[in-house]
Amino acid sequence: MPTVMFRKFEKVCAILKKYNNDPGRLITILQEVQEEYRYLPEEVMAFVATSLGLSPAKVFGVASFYAHFALVPKGKYVIRLCDGTACHVKGSDGILQALYRKLGLDEKVPTTPDMLFTVETVACLGACGLAPVMVINEQVYGQMSPEKAVELVEDIRVREGSGNV
Amino acid sequence: MCKPETMSEIVFKGRTGLHRVLICTGTGCVANGALDVYALFREQIRLQGIELVADFAELDNIARDSRALFISRSGCQGFCQMGPLVSVEPEGILYNKVQAADVKEIVEKTLLGGEVIERLLYVDPVTGQACRSQKDINFYKRQHRLVLAQCGDIDPESLAEYRAIGGYSAAEKAWVQMTPEQICQDILAAGLRGRGGGGFPTGRKWEMCRIQPGARKYIICNGDEGDPGAFMDRSVMEGNPHSVIEGMLIAARAIGADEGYVYVRAEYPLAVKRLRKACADALQAGILGDNVFNSGVRMRIQVMEGAGAFVCGEETALLASIEGERGMPRSKPPFPAQSGLWGRPTVINNVETLATVPLILRMGLERFRALGTNGSPGTKTFALTGHVANTGLIEVPFGVTLREIVMEIGGGITDKKGRIDPGGFKAVQIGGPSGGCLVKEHLDLKMDFDSLRSIGAMVGSGGLVCMNQSTCMVAVARYFMQFTQKESCGKCVLCREGTRQMLFLLDDIVEGRATPETLALLEELAGVVQKGSLCGLGKTAPNPVLSTLKYFPEEYLAHVRDKRCPAGECRQLARPEILAGQCKGCTLCGRKCPVKAITGEPRQVHVIDPGLCIRCGVCAQVCKFNAVTGFQG
Amino acid sequence: MDKVKYVNIDGRDIPVEGEKNLLEVIRKAGIEIPTFCYVSELSTYGACRMCMVEVEGRGLQTSCSTLPEAGLKVKTNTAAVRQIRRVALELILANHERDCTSCVKSTKCKLQDLSRKLGVEQVRFRAVQKPRVVDEANPALVRNPNKCILCGDCVRMCGEVQGVGAIDFAYRGHEVVVQPAFGKNLYQVQCVYCGQCARVCPTGALTPKSETAAVWRALQDPARTVVVQIAPAVRVALGEAFGYQPGEVTTGKIVTALRMMGFSKVFDTCFAADLTVMEEGNEFIRRFKENRALPLFTSCCPAWVKYVEQFCPEMIGNLSTCKSPQQMFGAVAKGLFSREMGIRKEDMVVVSIMPCTAKKFEARRPEFRIDGAAEVDHVITTQELAQMINEHGIQFRDLQPGSLDLPLGFKTGAGVIFGASGGVMEAALRYVYEKVEGRTLESADIREVRGEAGIREAEIILGGQTFRFAVVHSLANARQVIAGIKSGERQYHFVEFMACPAGCINGAGQPVSLDQDYARSRTSGLYGADQMLQLRKVQDNPYLKELYAERLGEVGGERAHHLLHTGYTARRRMKGKSMVIVDGQAAGKLEIRVCVGTSCYLKGSQDILHHLAQYVLVKGLSDQVQVKATFCFEKCDKGPTIKVGDKVIGHCDVNKALAAVEQAVANGAGVTGRP
Repeated sequence: MPTVMFRKFEKVCAILKKYNNDPGRLITILQEVQEEYRYLPEEVMAFVATSLGLSPAKVFGVASFYAHFALVPKGKYVIRLCDGTACHVKGSDGILQALYRKLGLDEKVPTTPDMLFTVETVACLGACGLAPVMVINEQVYGQMSPEKAVELVEDIRVREGSGNV
Repeated sequence: MCKPETMSEIVFKGRTGLHRVLICTGTGCVANGALDVYALFREQIRLQGIELVADFAELDNIARDSRALFISRSGCQGFCQMGPLVSVEPEGILYNKVQAADVKEIVEKTLLGGEVIERLLYVDPVTGQACRSQKDINFYKRQHRLVLAQCGDIDPESLAEYRAIGGYSAAEKAWVQMTPEQICQDILAAGLRGRGGGGFPTGRKWEMCRIQPGARKYIICNGDEGDPGAFMDRSVMEGNPHSVIEGMLIAARAIGADEGYVYVRAEYPLAVKRLRKACADALQAGILGDNVFNSGVRMRIQVMEGAGAFVCGEETALLASIEGERGMPRSKPPFPAQSGLWGRPTVINNVETLATVPLILRMGLERFRALGTNGSPGTKTFALTGHVANTGLIEVPFGVTLREIVMEIGGGITDKKGRIDPGGFKAVQIGGPSGGCLVKEHLDLKMDFDSLRSIGAMVGSGGLVCMNQSTCMVAVARYFMQFTQKESCGKCVLCREGTRQMLFLLDDIVEGRATPETLALLEELAGVVQKGSLCGLGKTAPNPVLSTLKYFPEEYLAHVRDKRCPAGECRQLARPEILAGQCKGCTLCGRKCPVKAITGEPRQVHVIDPGLCIRCGVCAQVCKFNAVTGFQG
Repeated sequence: MDKVKYVNIDGRDIPVEGEKNLLEVIRKAGIEIPTFCYVSELSTYGACRMCMVEVEGRGLQTSCSTLPEAGLKVKTNTAAVRQIRRVALELILANHERDCTSCVKSTKCKLQDLSRKLGVEQVRFRAVQKPRVVDEANPALVRNPNKCILCGDCVRMCGEVQGVGAIDFAYRGHEVVVQPAFGKNLYQVQCVYCGQCARVCPTGALTPKSETAAVWRALQDPARTVVVQIAPAVRVALGEAFGYQPGEVTTGKIVTALRMMGFSKVFDTCFAADLTVMEEGNEFIRRFKENRALPLFTSCCPAWVKYVEQFCPEMIGNLSTCKSPQQMFGAVAKGLFSREMGIRKEDMVVVSIMPCTAKKFEARRPEFRIDGAAEVDHVITTQELAQMINEHGIQFRDLQPGSLDLPLGFKTGAGVIFGASGGVMEAALRYVYEKVEGRTLESADIREVRGEAGIREAEIILGGQTFRFAVVHSLANARQVIAGIKSGERQYHFVEFMACPAGCINGAGQPVSLDQDYARSRTSGLYGADQMLQLRKVQDNPYLKELYAERLGEVGGERAHHLLHTGYTARRRMKGKSMVIVDGQAAGKLEIRVCVGTSCYLKGSQDILHHLAQYVLVKGLSDQVQVKATFCFEKCDKGPTIKVGDKVIGHCDVNKALAAVEQAVANGAGVTGRP
């Protein structure tokens, strides 16, 4: 895998070029950079700042403002639990607690040590008709229950365990 | 005036032997497997040897009388809870909760055999009657779908289908036949008011921007729908992206903009994808680009994905975000219409507002004004959620009553177990974290901008969360406060510190630490934050607190004075106890207790140690003998 | 009457005379509207909500963001207004480290002041302070986030006025903090220590770093002889701490106070400023005649110098090699005068009293050491001196004025005006003109350079040539001028730069003033002092002549050069991690680092990196070689720069880089230690 870091760096350069090194496109640029690294490493943000002619403090200020920018690495599976009104009144908190218990996580430590899972809540996924809703990476799961959520996590564990060892 | 035709009318005109199967691929239905259903349909059709048409343009290639199936994916049809939804036309049969296993049967029985499969029909929870088509279902029957009509009817990714039902004719008319002044006047005369919450007259906003000097102006579509419990805009952007683009084109013509942005919140990847495709298709068709409708004028639209900040729904914060800055609002004046994006005159409209604009020009002002009330013409979409039988996306003319929405379209309030409970209505939260609650006395209130404002509530973005008797209103206020304090941008003191302190005060109330002073301080602070905050987010953040204080003062008092939660929701106030008479000593509660607070020998009465107990309620849930009490108010 | 617009404030009609907002009109009407986030020289922010007033027909409005439209009816003190202000204050206080009694900002803190004025007697809200680490790892400033009220004045100062952007907001909601990038300390980022952030900070969140303890220690050490220099701008501001008006010159009292405190000799930085003009004037004349390294940039301002080193290293050659007056003084005092005083220079302690925080940094630069010791040992600000006077218990107002010691206390008017924007240029012109033209100026006042504009330019005929010069203050203006010089749009021979708006008189070490016009008053104080002096040109300073004759030799000569001139180095803006591009893991791997700092990046280092990495991968060297993109080797003048192993390669291009790697690999680098 020696080419991985190189490919990522080249991609960052390509992204910057695509947006003409325009500081006005900072958010879009950071979004695309994050797709490469799955989070925003400090040195990469510093490189982006240099390339756009912005101060690194400002780039960090923007990155840390928006919830979608990750400043620390996230797990391979990002489980996002909707805590919008509809999901909340239908018991999303119970699901969250079940997942936290199952994975040994909490609000402060949202990612498992094996970097497999990150559990976070989002304000509203806009799928209120399916409340409570949970999303794993891009896949939406509706009408969840604590049991179903834990089951999904176990399935992934099994899949990953057999596939990657 | 040309009436907007439906796809059915177009597709079946002069044809025999054709069927159309429409599969809803809104987010809800997709989550329930709609894409698998779609794929299976195609496979089954092939196996049955029926000619398959998947693209509207190909319809012309088949003989008028040939046996064929036109299969389409539509945007959200609104009845998400019942998904995946499949309709069969021309019969108009609506199947719900269709699973992959049902597809073969539908093809064989319904398409080939002309038979209705009863078990896939929607059954009215009140009457127990099966409903054959949309128009038999109360959820749809009471609605007036105008903006959403096309959402569930056409393939959102097909420009051809959008044009077939009259799409872009309004924009063309605006660009070719109308002057900017005329457009502004027409929209003003139509009485269109901003659907994003404030209800400001759209025509006036445009006119303000139109008269600004400057060669470069911007039109921005605010798709940063962030209110938890609202997803109207999502459905429109996903289900009919061209209608948004068309609305922007008309607005651009009206104000003289040559560039537009659609700012979509990051949680809506499908909306981003579909809008991007719609822009690309429109560009290729010459609708957007350097020569819009051969006018020689340029108009481009970019789709920008938000990065996860509720406050960016506030227009000045949204502007900052597009410019690549932290999404912090700034003081107005200057208003965006005077100095907006990059300092240039800018109009920011909400998705639903823009999607309504082409419809107004197409149907004519009179027909539009005939809908709704005098002060609030037209229709409004609402996201109906919470403790209600039918949840989903609805559209009604302004002026219908809350009762019609909740009891008829929604089918009534449900209890904890999901059963309809005729006396269960407690409140409806309208307008999300910026809104307030509507209570029993408001059931016959007309839902329009002015009536709602008169009682201190607002339409907001249109989220309607129904709540039954088991809901604690203090906890609801706390929930919303938690949301706003998390989403506060942190710029102005009152919102940043005020929402946090209000949350602390509410914490004190729901956790039993409050004194009468807590309530007085909460009310004072809420008033100050409302009056003094910098932007709309801060100014409206106290609304849930103020309105619950107003309508449910006794509930607050019960928490503060009696340390009791009448709805039994606030666990920290619970005083769990095991009733000696009921307990059989089965040991289940003791084994399930996460903190080992329950002790007792088998077949002996168990005891809860209140010092250890964290009031999680697991014991009450697992007890088969209803021996654990104290969790109910 | 019909031409003048009026606004009605609390029942009185007040004319609007060009004020940019309602707040300014209200203040003009004699009502002190409270604010935290409003600073007239910065953009309007509108976050503190303290300046709310009631406007008839519009309700509650922040007066800072309301235009003063004719006919507005404003009430500034209604119940609602008072309630909002008081609640806002309580909210701020609930999230503020309230150790007022031991806070350096106490009695000068806006938060404390307003709490008292608005009658806040209790804070009804829960204290929510989360303790954060205090950043004091640099010599100039202390950043205490626990006292920050997030008004953003510092952020806007650093970004808008100084164009540096060393600090910014980070995070969101109640987690918002003001901090350098990635939560680093100030010394790890591009902060130039101008301290303007501290000047506008309403609380004790940003303050000059105090060195008074070290000065007391030196004063009380019998083995040490402590001499002191007073910078020009100090004399027109120190008095403010003792009730004098801004601009009032209190040099004599300062001298007396310093003697009472135990300083052996009280000298004047103005003498060193005269010396600077001599050296810098000659340096200019030489460059002007040779048409070399022009325009010449002044180098007296340490914040400006650091700015050049970090942000435009390619212009380092334009900086005057003259040390600043502070350092010239130190060099002369320790290098020459200690002997005259009959003491060893190791026993001499040089203390500076400066209006400036960056001078603290300057004194610690490694270039400014003499036989291993600092030329200037301690730098205290005007504020710190005031505090020391108070600590000693000296009744400043009652002091009899004393006289500065000779010879390093004797100055001309030229040295005095160094403290104001335009002063260095004017002082230099008084010398250069006479020297080049060979005739006496009719008046020592050169009005062309005076004024308040951030960028002022003029030209005169000098030696038959048109001589163009400019005076620039604030670093955002400097950035603009540099860009113009680079593009050729602006052409000058000589430019004076000062980092602080209006110059040193407005330095971050000066007393906090509530007077709106304080900067203007201090400036006229300096020009007034210049006017009062008999001698106003450096060439007339007899002690300076004597110094050259007896000690330094020729102006600009070798001895003078050795003692009074210095050099500069490119400086990285931020200390941080490198980006790994190819991650070789072998023991003894060859490390290749390519600089992607701004300067090298603009010169195409990204392309070099691309080819290098590709080469390494294609040649199958990915295990033995580690390729990193790094930020700045501080060799920007030679960019693009790469480092192959320990070898630095400047002016690099793709071919050079590949050749170097090939060579290193051929020599066995990266394969040692492999089985």
